[in-house]
Amino acid sequence: MSDAEPRLKALMLAALDGDAAAYRELLRALALHLRAYFARRLGPAEAEDLVQETLIAIHSRRASYDRTLPFTAWLHAVARYKLIDHLRRARLRRTLPLEEAESVTAGESEESTTATRDVERLLAALPENKRRLVRQVRIEGLSVAEAAARSGLSESAVKVGVHRALKTLSAMIGKSS
Amino acid sequence: MRTDALIESLSALAEPVPRAMVWRRLALGAGAGGAVSLGLMLAWLGVRPDLAQAMATGAYWMKFFYTLVFAGAAFWTLERLSRPGAPSRSQMLLEALPFAAVAAIAAVELMGAAPSARHHLMMGASAGVCPWRIVLLALPVLAGAIWSVGRLAPTRPVLAGIGAGLAAGALGAFIYAFHCDESAAPFVAIWYTLGIAAVGALGGLLGRLFLRW
Repeated sequence: MSDAEPRLKALMLAALDGDAAAYRELLRALALHLRAYFARRLGPAEAEDLVQETLIAIHSRRASYDRTLPFTAWLHAVARYKLIDHLRRARLRRTLPLEEAESVTAGESEESTTATRDVERLLAALPENKRRLVRQVRIEGLSVAEAAARSGLSESAVKVGVHRALKTLSAMIGKSS
Repeated sequence: MRTDALIESLSALAEPVPRAMVWRRLALGAGAGGAVSLGLMLAWLGVRPDLAQAMATGAYWMKFFYTLVFAGAAFWTLERLSRPGAPSRSQMLLEALPFAAVAAIAAVELMGAAPSARHHLMMGASAGVCPWRIVLLALPVLAGAIWSVGRLAPTRPVLAGIGAGLAAGALGAFIYAFHCDESAAPFVAIWYTLGIAAVGALGGLLGRLFLRW
């Protein structure tokens, strides 16, 4: 976020003086930053709600920004506070279950939902053609021959492509853990 | 996408924000609370009858400046704690200075006094009621300060609550000093500080409960 400091700060100062166009541009830029920040920690679906909540907080608390200080420091502190607050509430919800017994058995599927989301997030980092191959061969269960027929590649090209893509993925997992 | 719609509606609300907004809000909360405390002190305890003579003594001004400088530094710290990402360490150090000064004066007074007089320098005649009265007089200020800070953006709720408590405690002690006729520095260093610290602890609790946004 620090590269963005001069631009974001200029927009914020204009917004605080009542410039609606600058404010719209600022909020759009912040939505992108926040989406990346929260999605890295929560997953895309959960992140979007928090992006909106944080944008509302940024709006209603914008008077608390000290114009002599870096804007990104303010932004980061607000985003971090909102994330911690969200995690705290999520933990409270988890320790105080209001649902009936079936929600206990629903735990497994929730876990697999999370796993699916993790896989999708990793796949999204691959180039389009490799992502399609991995999905067909490793997730949908197509044979190498079928995948080759669909994509118009040779069977060995499919094998090599999947192999390389999995190697890239495992390197990414190693980096993030 | 809903986020885009949200951005559209928020950017339509871009009215100018005054620069002094944070201070204005703190002044409103502390001012309203302080006015109630002052009224409470006048109605319940009354100003010490010998105020005019006392103002000619150093002891009076020691109490006056201890509580006033403490309150000033504490409100400045509170202002920092109400702003996300704003550094507050130097304001906290500044807040410790008046206490360090009064503690030093108290140490000098105690060392220079006859051993038999030391007990009275520390306990005075009102040690049992002084901290409690400071807490009571600080409560309206604390309510006002928590109200103000809750409308700003404290990212560390407990710390901001303690900050509000210390600021309210110091202002409550400043108001109490118009009634209190104790003049020994050891008394002020112990019992005034204890009262202020108790309000600080109470503020931390309130911060944990109420300073969420």
